[in-house]
Amino acid sequence: MSIDLSQFFEVFFEESFEGLDAMEAELLNLVPGEEDSETINTIFRAAHSIKGGSGTFGFDSVAEFTHVLETLLDEVREGKRTLTTELVNLLLKSVDCLRALLSALQAEQALDLSESIELRKQFEKILALDDTPSTQANTITDTVVEVNTYQIDFKPHHHLFKTGNEPLYMISELAELGDLEIVAFHSEVPDITDLSADDCFLSWRFFLNTDKPEQAISEIFEWVEDDADITIALCGGLFSDDEQPKQSKEAQTIESSKVNTSVSKNTAPEVKAAINAKVSAPATAVESTSIRVGIDKVDSLINMVGELVITQAMLSQLGEQEITEATLASLQEGLAQLAHNTRDLQENVMRIRMLPISFVFSRFPRLVRDISQKLNKQVELKLIGEQTELDKTVMEKISDPMVHLVRNSLDHGLETVEQRIASGKDPVGIVTLNAFHQGGNIVIEIMDDGQGLNTQKIKQKAITNRLINETDELSDNEINELIFMPGFSTADEVSDLSGRGVGMDVVRRNIQSLNGSVEVTSASGVGSTFTIRLPLTLAILDGQLVRVAKHTYIIPLISIVESLQIDITKVSRVGKDLDVLRLRDEYIPILRLYQIFNHQDAIETLDKTLLVVVESDNQKIGLLVDDLLSQQQVVIKSLEANYQKVDGVSGATILGDGRVSLIVDISGLIKLSGLRKPGSQELIVESQANLEAS
Amino acid sequence: MSALSSELDHNLVLENVQGVKQFLTFIMAEEEYGVDILTVQEIRSWEEITAIPNAPDYVKGVINLRGTIVPILDLRLRFGLPYIEYGGLTVVIVVKVECAQQSKIMGMAVDAVSDVYSIMEQDAKMVPSFTESDNSEFVAGLVNVGEKMVALLDLKKAMDI
Repeated sequence: MSIDLSQFFEVFFEESFEGLDAMEAELLNLVPGEEDSETINTIFRAAHSIKGGSGTFGFDSVAEFTHVLETLLDEVREGKRTLTTELVNLLLKSVDCLRALLSALQAEQALDLSESIELRKQFEKILALDDTPSTQANTITDTVVEVNTYQIDFKPHHHLFKTGNEPLYMISELAELGDLEIVAFHSEVPDITDLSADDCFLSWRFFLNTDKPEQAISEIFEWVEDDADITIALCGGLFSDDEQPKQSKEAQTIESSKVNTSVSKNTAPEVKAAINAKVSAPATAVESTSIRVGIDKVDSLINMVGELVITQAMLSQLGEQEITEATLASLQEGLAQLAHNTRDLQENVMRIRMLPISFVFSRFPRLVRDISQKLNKQVELKLIGEQTELDKTVMEKISDPMVHLVRNSLDHGLETVEQRIASGKDPVGIVTLNAFHQGGNIVIEIMDDGQGLNTQKIKQKAITNRLINETDELSDNEINELIFMPGFSTADEVSDLSGRGVGMDVVRRNIQSLNGSVEVTSASGVGSTFTIRLPLTLAILDGQLVRVAKHTYIIPLISIVESLQIDITKVSRVGKDLDVLRLRDEYIPILRLYQIFNHQDAIETLDKTLLVVVESDNQKIGLLVDDLLSQQQVVIKSLEANYQKVDGVSGATILGDGRVSLIVDISGLIKLSGLRKPGSQELIVESQANLEAS
Repeated sequence: MSALSSELDHNLVLENVQGVKQFLTFIMAEEEYGVDILTVQEIRSWEEITAIPNAPDYVKGVINLRGTIVPILDLRLRFGLPYIEYGGLTVVIVVKVECAQQSKIMGMAVDAVSDVYSIMEQDAKMVPSFTESDNSEFVAGLVNVGEKMVALLDLKKAMDI
């Protein structure tokens, strides 16, 4: 009987990635010289389970590599070796290496073993170099006493068979170690009438002549430690007293490791596994297509579906009756209940996709550590609001922009230690990641207490890059906004961290594609804060329903600045057919939705009609609509699934009466209308010319 | 009665023969057209529709088909035939079109549905290539059913927008 092991691969990979994450987190917590045994144990256990799993599944390269790692950790655990910073660095590197190996295995790609071999050599060198006298002494005693006779008492608990263990295999394994004499005790075997075939009533005493160390024997019984009483002793009265306690201690650690894995299973950073795969192996694109959901969420869903079924039964019963005053009342009641059930169900289904943002945050301690070492800066990372939940899809897409922002903060924001001391600051810079809910949005702040944005430098750069004119008067905020322009970078030198000028505009574009926004505030010498605002989910949108001719459109509420009635005296016509409204100190171009969308029979005059002022890409435009209808949450449906992309429309939704309504895409609309930002036309031409020249 | 049952039998027998396909036919401007019945999802009556901005005239808009957004084409306009007001007989045939590795659900508005025929595939004749009309490219073949001629639709081309 052979079992197809491949069905367990996915679980193995998931758990291994979890283990690696745990290792990484604990390694980062370690302060060299004062390591705490629990931390070391956690790291050791993770390495041990990966070794065990990969061995079982035949991933030998991983198993061999982890074995060396484990040996080293074991020595640390037993206090034979102290962890130095170099060793921690090496261990972190090996975590990366293992991750790369596992991702490659998961994606069924060829393994790149060069790094693992290199690391293994380093480990083996360390192990060989510092082979402490005590271990050597051990090996000496082992070799001096060439052949030993061990007495092994093996008394399995009754349930041994139920755990899937077969004593016969262990006995034959023992026999392989040397000459084996076996005495079986059958005194406990009950009467045939009481005998249960599933229970083990036998116990054994073995006398083993072997040149192998005691460890080889205990390894055989490793799997049944919890299910049997085992004593291993040297014959001839040399009972090693410390053996028993050690055994039980080991059993304890094994038990606690079991608990540990089951706990980590519940919190399941599957998303992270995907992210990690991306980081460590750029070639692999293992997208996680599954999601782990807490059992409580599933239970509450089942409850709600149950309620829904009851309501449905009630309603269908009512439907069969004759309609009277009484049934009408209960019908209305039932419908209200149905509405309630549906809303609850919707909220709960949405909750399933929600994961705490700690899945994204947890990758930053490592990132910050690595970068700060590279840059020779001292940085403390503070994480706030890790339990804030957001949609899985949003989370997957937000992590790259966040990495970019954090890197920027470390590279450009924070000063070097000397600079910080010179300006009277704590030499340790602080980067804070803060996440919280605000309205229907999640807000993520990335704060540093560095030097802040250098407005002079930015302005100078913008002028040399011809993003602005020398004569332009800009407020500090407007200058800060410039860093989000394409092709902008103030870094004097191009480092591998940042400075290639393909940064912030991509960050902003990525965030905007999630219907979010990013802003920066900065104070010179105090620090800068990047604020990312995102909708909690991509599936639902707060919309303002508007009427254009006889069509209903939806404008995303997040992009609406204000809605107003046009005062005709403030409208002036620019050029051939562009109307502009003077609103306070701004000029807002008026777009006639019916014209852009090619609909007939709308109101043509501007007087007393409604204008919805919307903003996108820092540009305000006014949309002329015939009427403002209600505001409501709408579920976004794809138009592209069965049709194709429509310019100026981001999707569709189904309204309460079953009709389809289209959702207006503001930035698409601006493109469609042919409006440009003031002065931006020549800019585009010039930057293109620059590109060609370079 | 017996004629009908024999025809049914004939259909049943034919169904088991290799190369026989069933076609749903519909009427447009007095002509009969056929689509492979396996692509047909459902037949609906004409209903209120949401227009799509800047779409070609033959794309009438989208409807809500049990939670899915489905575009509706007016096949008359697609074929360059004169537009007529939608009436009680106007139906929307919802079909599944396989294009570029994905299948799309689309609807086509036609004058009326007609019948279901079993047709041997090899009976279909090529469309004469010298025809001047625009819509010949949407027709995969012509078949005679009794006295009538049925144009078999090339769904992929007709619904490619």
